[in-house]
Amino acid sequence: MAHVNENISPDTPLEYQSGIGRLNIFGFWIFLGAEMALFATIFATFFVLDGHTGGGPLPSELFDLKNTLIMTLLLLTSSFTSGLAINEMRRKNVKSMIVWIVITLLFGLGFLYMEITEFIHLVHEGATLGTNAFWSGFYFLTGTHGLHVSLGIGWIILIVLQVIKRGLTPDTAKKVFISSLYWHFLDFVWIFVFTGVYLLGLVGS
Amino acid sequence: MFDFIKDNLILNDPMLIGANISILLSVIGIVFILTYFKKWKWLWTEWLTTVDHKKIGIMYIIAAIVMLFRGGVDALLMRAQLTVPNNEFLTSHHYNEIFTTHGTIMIIFMAMPFVMGLMNVVVPLQIGARDVAFPYLNALSFWSFFFGAILFNISFVFGGSPDAGWTNYAPLAIEGSTGPGINYYLLGLQISGIGTLLTGINFIVTIIKMRAPGMTLLRMPMFTWTSLVTAFIIVFAFPVLTVTLALMTFDRIFGTHFFTLADGGMPMLWANLFWIWGHPEVYIVILPAFGIFSEIISAFARKTLFGYKSMVISIVTISFLSFLVWVHHFFTMGGSAAVNSVFSITTMAIAIPTGIKIFNWLLTLYKGRIEFSVPMLWSVGFIPTFLIGGVTGVMLGMAAADFQYHNSYFLVAHFHYTLIAGTVFACFAGFVFWYPKMFGHKLNERLGKWTFWFFTIGFNVCFLPQFLLGFDGMPRRVYTYGPEDGWTGLNVISTIGGIGMGIAFMILVYNVYYSFRYSKRETTGDVWGNGRTLEWATTTAVAPHYNFAVVPEVKGYDAFWLMKQEKQKEKIEYKPIHMPSNAGTPIVMSAFFFVAGFGLVFKLWWIAILGGIGVLACLAVRSLRSHKEDEGYYVSVDEILKTEEKKEA
Repeated sequence: MAHVNENISPDTPLEYQSGIGRLNIFGFWIFLGAEMALFATIFATFFVLDGHTGGGPLPSELFDLKNTLIMTLLLLTSSFTSGLAINEMRRKNVKSMIVWIVITLLFGLGFLYMEITEFIHLVHEGATLGTNAFWSGFYFLTGTHGLHVSLGIGWIILIVLQVIKRGLTPDTAKKVFISSLYWHFLDFVWIFVFTGVYLLGLVGS
Repeated sequence: MFDFIKDNLILNDPMLIGANISILLSVIGIVFILTYFKKWKWLWTEWLTTVDHKKIGIMYIIAAIVMLFRGGVDALLMRAQLTVPNNEFLTSHHYNEIFTTHGTIMIIFMAMPFVMGLMNVVVPLQIGARDVAFPYLNALSFWSFFFGAILFNISFVFGGSPDAGWTNYAPLAIEGSTGPGINYYLLGLQISGIGTLLTGINFIVTIIKMRAPGMTLLRMPMFTWTSLVTAFIIVFAFPVLTVTLALMTFDRIFGTHFFTLADGGMPMLWANLFWIWGHPEVYIVILPAFGIFSEIISAFARKTLFGYKSMVISIVTISFLSFLVWVHHFFTMGGSAAVNSVFSITTMAIAIPTGIKIFNWLLTLYKGRIEFSVPMLWSVGFIPTFLIGGVTGVMLGMAAADFQYHNSYFLVAHFHYTLIAGTVFACFAGFVFWYPKMFGHKLNERLGKWTFWFFTIGFNVCFLPQFLLGFDGMPRRVYTYGPEDGWTGLNVISTIGGIGMGIAFMILVYNVYYSFRYSKRETTGDVWGNGRTLEWATTTAVAPHYNFAVVPEVKGYDAFWLMKQEKQKEKIEYKPIHMPSNAGTPIVMSAFFFVAGFGLVFKLWWIAILGGIGVLACLAVRSLRSHKEDEGYYVSVDEILKTEEKKEA
């Protein structure tokens, strides 16, 4: 972190003002590259095992389009509000930034709640992790995404606490910015889950 | 709890009891020595919590050498078993465990950490950086590798080792193996894989963002280039491994059906996923090796590397191709002719960029004033030996011919010729070459030459006969054979070669001790007198944790060589240097990973959950810590002056 150029214009967004901030943000993009590879592998697994439902209930019997649509809207909107939070951060409006982040988190929690109730419902209908390869793949894919959302919520709460305590500094701004990148990424992945898993699952077979 | 320990501690085998006792004695010995010399605090502050890339590199290398010993003992046990027909030295089950752990340890816990150790020590120095981009993350990388390795290794005395081969093919690894062995494999690799991924991210950012002024991409030393490309391969290949291991962990622990035979599972999916990671993995360990050889050959031929740009292009090409060839690992498992043809062609295509490199090295040697020091011996020895591995690789890459060679000792000989002549030779070469950078003195040349000759001759005596054994139809992974098979003579020769390599290893270890006692301490940074890259511009040993008192200005390729030609002596003005402070969380967090992994291996949920909570708590602690400007500390000008004056003297 030593010789990263520290002479930057004051117009630079706060999160990019420290050398470590710039390194962290760049590093996080690389991390997201790795996450892409991770989800790509899980999707590939899911598609390979798609249709391997010998015996168990079919996805088209159990998926509920309305439910999933609401989940999708919740998550997509949360991505938008997360963007608004960053916008407020750029305008140095700490209060409204926090408000938008909290709204984002509430949408995220709503999404999680719906996903968990969906899982409970599915298990109730006889589609569990161990029913067959298709459902194994389904739970692994949606579960990995859900786990990411849960970790994201916990992480962002920690960041909000820091912003409240220390105010908006290049350090905290960087953390908020990176967590929003993460949040958009989860949204992006969900679009593929929605189309690849639910819509195709409802159409197929 | 007592029953659990009693049931899993392996006490029915005299060899393992011996191993248990020796491990116990070593631990007691280490604890005693540390206590007696009051070194606990020193160990904690100087090493266990360090974030200095050079020290982390050294720890990687030490761990890798210990693993080389373990993997080497496995190898010698296998050779002992195969020397004579109908041998009953090992049982078939024990033999299965040994070839599994030998392969896994050598690739994951020896070759990779060794290479990463060298990368850690050298790359930041080569690009003129004070540290890696994320020093804290770097410590976490090391410790998660370390605890992953420990988790894998305790399988040997507690619960039983994995026994489904290092490729761990389903359904054998799910339905055929009931003990905790495979769980150890899955979780040990998973935990150390986290560290590898973090290293990949760290080195991409370090190399792209932290280069000294003037060091453009095409002025980067070859080892840095190969490390960069390797880091990219890691970032795209390791998540595949993460998922693959997790899927099988779910199959074994939570009853899913990804790779099972029943309920729609697809065992073949494992083979595909495993090798989509596994083939690039081969290049993760071989590309940095190419970088090391390039540095050494150019230094001891006293010439600029021939065809630098073509070298860079060929490395990038190889990294792309490495992702497109995975099916060649299972040509005979029922792929269609079209699939096999495509993968056959991509496989053979890799020979082209590799060939370019071989010629570049030869042309670097051509008309050079060659000095046959030990690192140079390894590098020159590498070329013909590796060529045998490469050419036999092309033979195996022809799908039709592969139906003849596959699963025979021909294959075993081939990949040992690439991995040992490539990676292991490079590890030894780089180890000797950069040893003075790490410890402030050279390794003894004479003993080094003994190591080289014992190892190289032993290696060829061991593995050349195995090509012939393959032609004679000896399958790999058999634990014994009959006298009527006619494989005895060649197996005896092969074992003799193996012993030669074992002796070489012992000489190497003795050399470390001997040189520590008797070698002349080095005072200049440019120990070999032939240094061409920036790592030779700093003081010799690990001592200046800040690497460079003044960030060097790079004026071209072979930056340090150019500096030496100019011989400018400007008055230097030192400024305080900002460095990151030590951190205890990486080792603690990795220990929690270990706890969680151990709990999962035995399905002891409370232990697993405890470990998981510990990991999350460590993450939270780290997240809440502020990265304010005062984090870390400043090295004072006085201290810099003192250190730098020592160098001038």
